[in-house]
Amino acid sequence: MAISPPTERVWWRTPIARVELVWIIIALLWGVTMFSMMIYWHGRGKQNLSNEAYRVNPQAYMQKVQTEAEKYKIREEAGIPVVKPPPGTDIYMLARLWQWWPIFELEKNKSYRLHLSSLDWQHGFSLQPVNLNLQVYPEYDMVVTITPDQAGEFTVVCNEYCGIGHHQMIGKIYVTEGAGGEQQ
Amino acid sequence: MTTPTRFRTCPTTGLKVDLSAERLIKANAVAAIVFLAVGGLFGLLVALTRWPAVHLLPADLFYLVLTAHGLDVLLVWIIFFEMAVLYFASAVLLNSRLAAPRWAWAGFGLMLVGAVITNVAVLQGGSTVMFTSYVPMQAAPHFYLGIILFAVGALIGCFVFFGTLVIARDERTYHGSIPLVTFGALTAAIIAVFTIASGAIILIPTLLWSVGYISTIDPLMYKTVWWAMGHSSQQINVAAHVSLWYMIAAMVLGAKPLSEKVSRMAFLMYILFLQLASAHHLLVEPGISSEWKIFNTSYAIYLAVVGSMIHGMTVPGSIEAAQRRNGFTQGMFEWLRKAPWGNPAFAGMFLSLILFGFLGGISGVVLGTEQINIIMHNTLYVPGHFHATVVAGTTLAFMAATYLLLPLIFKRKVIWPKLASWQPYLFAIGVAGISLFMMGAGTLGVSRRHWDITFADSILQFDYPAAAFLMMGLNGLSAVLASVGGVVFILIAVGTVFVGERVGDDEKLEIATPEAAAATAGPTVSEYGSEKELKIPGTTAMVAVFFTVFVLYYFVNWKYLSEIWPLS
Repeated sequence: MAISPPTERVWWRTPIARVELVWIIIALLWGVTMFSMMIYWHGRGKQNLSNEAYRVNPQAYMQKVQTEAEKYKIREEAGIPVVKPPPGTDIYMLARLWQWWPIFELEKNKSYRLHLSSLDWQHGFSLQPVNLNLQVYPEYDMVVTITPDQAGEFTVVCNEYCGIGHHQMIGKIYVTEGAGGEQQ
Repeated sequence: MTTPTRFRTCPTTGLKVDLSAERLIKANAVAAIVFLAVGGLFGLLVALTRWPAVHLLPADLFYLVLTAHGLDVLLVWIIFFEMAVLYFASAVLLNSRLAAPRWAWAGFGLMLVGAVITNVAVLQGGSTVMFTSYVPMQAAPHFYLGIILFAVGALIGCFVFFGTLVIARDERTYHGSIPLVTFGALTAAIIAVFTIASGAIILIPTLLWSVGYISTIDPLMYKTVWWAMGHSSQQINVAAHVSLWYMIAAMVLGAKPLSEKVSRMAFLMYILFLQLASAHHLLVEPGISSEWKIFNTSYAIYLAVVGSMIHGMTVPGSIEAAQRRNGFTQGMFEWLRKAPWGNPAFAGMFLSLILFGFLGGISGVVLGTEQINIIMHNTLYVPGHFHATVVAGTTLAFMAATYLLLPLIFKRKVIWPKLASWQPYLFAIGVAGISLFMMGAGTLGVSRRHWDITFADSILQFDYPAAAFLMMGLNGLSAVLASVGGVVFILIAVGTVFVGERVGDDEKLEIATPEAAAATAGPTVSEYGSEKELKIPGTTAMVAVFFTVFVLYYFVNWKYLSEIWPLS
């Protein structure tokens, strides 16, 4: 029994039953398959994180975000600037207690290099209803190239607990059909 | 030796029980169940607040209670119970005296004081930082201090366990190798040492930071090392509850491992690879390379998952083989149909096995896939997953083991046997609901640790889909059901300890089923673990179903991932 010492003293020399051996081999092969899937997706899949990140001073990051927002601001919404940066460029969003700043207006099927960093605690960038989730750190600037492939209104919910106002922390990203329409 | 050791011989199992070990097992189990009651109540309050139609607590209390819930059940309840398991699996199963009982009591005292200090810190309101306490969010110094004391106490317990193994070997209290259950407990204890070391490496500097001796702690470094504690501590649970599965199958059905070699190899894979799982929490973080993420999140090409998949066959397989030996040989599933489903120890164990495998195991692997994590990270999918592993898996297995601990160690007969036979089902159905509905809500994007998914106080507005609200309501209902199961368990456990009928000193209890008792009491215990005789068609069919579900669900999630915005 499992609660008493093994009945065969040399238990490590007893043969393994076929059904167990087959299952072990299947499990090992399945492990290799799942491991390979992640590598395969880096080559062929379209949803991968870039691994690009920089050390950044929160104050300097805030300056950069503000400068960029002033440059491309097209209107305001609830006191937050709505920014329409040119496609293909770097766009900068900051997280702080308890706000995502600024709001973006992007064009469908265009790529943007999105920078994310926090000015204070950790935050969770949770883009809804796409359900795309990234962790946002202070002192780290993460760069991800995003290509919105749907037009409409999208919401950034904070999904890392960040204190008492956590559940009020919402941001927006608008995606328009854009001048180029359906073209890539 | 400072204290003379006294033993009693258990009339039921024939084991020699060191009375100092017995007292320690009792103390740790009682402390565990007290914190389960407290932490479980906090959990119910969390679920009732997240049920949109009820929305019980105000925001500040909700976050406070959520912090306390995580600490009390994920850490305190489970580690206290694991200490009881360690002392049982060493001193009792090996017929040995316990090493250094005074040290073990010191460890127990430190754990208790630490748990109380951290609870006080949380309830005072200045440490609402969640169980994870990610820096730069700061808690009061005694929040960290309590956890450190608790961990030091647990570490002492681990070394008492190791010492007992050495004593048992030296004094030849058993022949051959240690039993499989003790081997599994050893696995848990080794992982615990790694866990506690990681905790010390990160929490001691964090304590110094909170009192102002250290100016900054890098948040990414904190999270990497913290999860080397946080996730590894869940691997202690896995090793411990898998050991209890084997133990209960052995005690109730007389089950013997199909192959000692295979089951021990599976435990060894846990020791070697489970600790890499810190990576599961770092898959969408900046500053960590994909190579690191892929290797670590897969536990080195899924070798630890292979370990669990092996137990997934060998545990039910050993039950099937034992039941067939016990005479249930009709068709593929007579052994399962005629299993002792009215015995809460067996029922709890088997439900734990099924729910841990199907809900917890599969969702964990999917969630821990580097890219798929993008569509799940920090959503309710995450607590959905770990309630399946830690509550349906570990907690239910510990409850099941308690039904054996009460008569054998506390020497009291379980009160209200009829209610007790229902308890595992109530709890299991409730917890399965919690897990499934949280995973469902997470798939719809609902955030974890979030007070108000209607965003009523927010400047900007957003509505989650209506289905998400339905999921949260069903989650609340399931939590109520699980709580009923939990309350029944605690009433039975506490009631049995205080007013249960005493087991006489020479009274032999019927722990095993009559068929198992007849089969194992025979002059020769029939051998079925050998290569030639092994027949487990029912288990093979169940494993085939499991594997099919696993493969389908895994690829369905790649499909979901492929539909979101392209990212590079």
